[in-house]
Amino acid sequence: MKNVTHSIAIQADNIRARIGHTQILHGITLGLPQGRWTSIVGPNGAGKSTLLKVLAGLLPHSGEVTLLGRPLQHLPGRVRARQLAWLGQNEAAGDDLTVWDVAMLGRLPHQAWLAAPSEADRAAVEIALKSTGAWDWRQRALGQLSGGERQRVLLARALAVQAQVLLMDEPLANLDPPHQADWLGVVRCLLEAGVTVVSVLHEISMALHADEMLILRSGRVTHQGACTDAVTHRALAAVFDQRITIHPIAGQWVALPQMHREVNTS
Amino acid sequence: MTLQRLSPLLAGLLVLSLGLMGLGVCVGSTGFENLLAPLWHPGDDPSATAMAQQIVGQIRLPRTLGAWAAGALLGLAGAVAQGLFRNPLADPYLLGSASGASLGVALALAALGGGAGMLGGNMMNGGAVVSVFSGSVLVRLGLTGAAFAGAVLAVLLTLALSRGVQHTLRLLLAGVVVGVVLGAATQLVLLASPDSLQAMQAFMLGSTAFVGWTACALMLGVLGLCVLCAGLLGRVLDGLSLGEATAHSLGLPLAPLRLALVAVLALATGTAVAQTGLIAFVGLAAPHLVRSVIKTTHGRLMGLSSLVGGVLLTGADILARGLLAPQELPVGVLTAVLGGGYLLWLMRRNSRSTAGGGL
Repeated sequence: MKNVTHSIAIQADNIRARIGHTQILHGITLGLPQGRWTSIVGPNGAGKSTLLKVLAGLLPHSGEVTLLGRPLQHLPGRVRARQLAWLGQNEAAGDDLTVWDVAMLGRLPHQAWLAAPSEADRAAVEIALKSTGAWDWRQRALGQLSGGERQRVLLARALAVQAQVLLMDEPLANLDPPHQADWLGVVRCLLEAGVTVVSVLHEISMALHADEMLILRSGRVTHQGACTDAVTHRALAAVFDQRITIHPIAGQWVALPQMHREVNTS
Repeated sequence: MTLQRLSPLLAGLLVLSLGLMGLGVCVGSTGFENLLAPLWHPGDDPSATAMAQQIVGQIRLPRTLGAWAAGALLGLAGAVAQGLFRNPLADPYLLGSASGASLGVALALAALGGGAGMLGGNMMNGGAVVSVFSGSVLVRLGLTGAAFAGAVLAVLLTLALSRGVQHTLRLLLAGVVVGVVLGAATQLVLLASPDSLQAMQAFMLGSTAFVGWTACALMLGVLGLCVLCAGLLGRVLDGLSLGEATAHSLGLPLAPLRLALVAVLALATGTAVAQTGLIAFVGLAAPHLVRSVIKTTHGRLMGLSSLVGGVLLTGADILARGLLAPQELPVGVLTAVLGGGYLLWLMRRNSRSTAGGGL
């Protein structure tokens, strides 16, 4: 195995964040390698989505996040938006907007305030819609699409930004297995183009396709390492209380639920 | 495809607006057949010609144009409110502007006493409007100013209570609270000044009967400004429709842009309410009507809602004048009945098409 050193795309130091009066993140420090895919996993309520929002600059927090070597807090909004694209979990959707209009919103950081979309904007939107298989519905309203189709449009909106860093929170929600495989293909293309991808996924088997895995529990990082590493697999099983096991099946790592544990129903 | 549907829609609405304005000039307690001859042959009877010119030029024309402008302001404000609050049931009065304007008018009526009472006394009689209007310009200006000041102060109070515009839900709740409290204060003022009740009722029911050229010019000027601002802010509402976090991630400075949207909403609503009183459902129904025909961006939605609002209120005003002529119905009552019926129909249609979902 080649030992390649990657520069850091996102660095976080001693991140603490709360929602309301509840402390969600407790002093997280991490570095996410550039041009690699890192998946963030952990049990429900571990703080995965909160961490992703902090890394995207969308949530107040203490500690410092740097994006491509520059402090995120000091980056102007539009500069940050051009460098970092974000796809949220259960993203509210403008049902009255057409698919084309939604994808074009991804180009907002690149457009002057009153300028009409440029040829580059149109080309980026076309590429994004075609890569997620949403091109054929570009004139339909978002409200007329199924959950999976809508998710593909929202992914296209994030891809249209053409940012160097892409953060995605549960991007596979509502996608059927063939389209989950298509999503993997899109991510592989992004990685080949040097894009840094960070995703929160609850499908552990899909998360194991990533290059790196960041494991969270109760707002703290319990492990960060390569997805193919046995240490990572043990840490993964541990964070889920040994209720999953990791197996190699048909050339890929698959997480299976442990079926033989007694459940106390009293 | 959207543009292909947009152009005929735009043209249709403009033609309908002009047609209704023409009709609005013809309808009233004095039939157009009685006005046509003096206007066509001015030399035959100079006094009849002067009367006809005054009725058409000083009453019906500004009134009809004013009704269109007020409807357009409310339609635009409705589209802004529904986009800003991401709620299809949001209406322009949500930030407390209506109750603020009501309190302002109630206080002014209480202060002005009997003189202001003329407003309500003639609301049901279009024929007597001329003398009242010309004899009480100061009263009209005072009431208009009080309504506008009340609307603006109520919106500022809502903003203060919600501690800015950062949180949409907090803004919405603050608007509801301000609406309820100022509504109660209005009732209190009216209890203390029972002479104002009739005039106040006229304000609450809405009317375009007293819109003159000054009010008309004011509303058209504000409409132009608001349409311009709305055009600039359309993309913000598009971004917000994907959720606040996504809008933020797209680099939109949400706080100042939301403040600008609230300012447009307050200015459009305050101006319309100050000139015509409380007119229900136009602001709520206009954006829904547009959406039922075309799915488009907020920039276009706001422009089209403005045109539809103008058409709705002009049409309602003509009906209000014509249904029981020579008696006149308060136009606000008519828009409430028609708008309520439309929303009920919309609910039935949506519940059929989405099996219980929708509106």
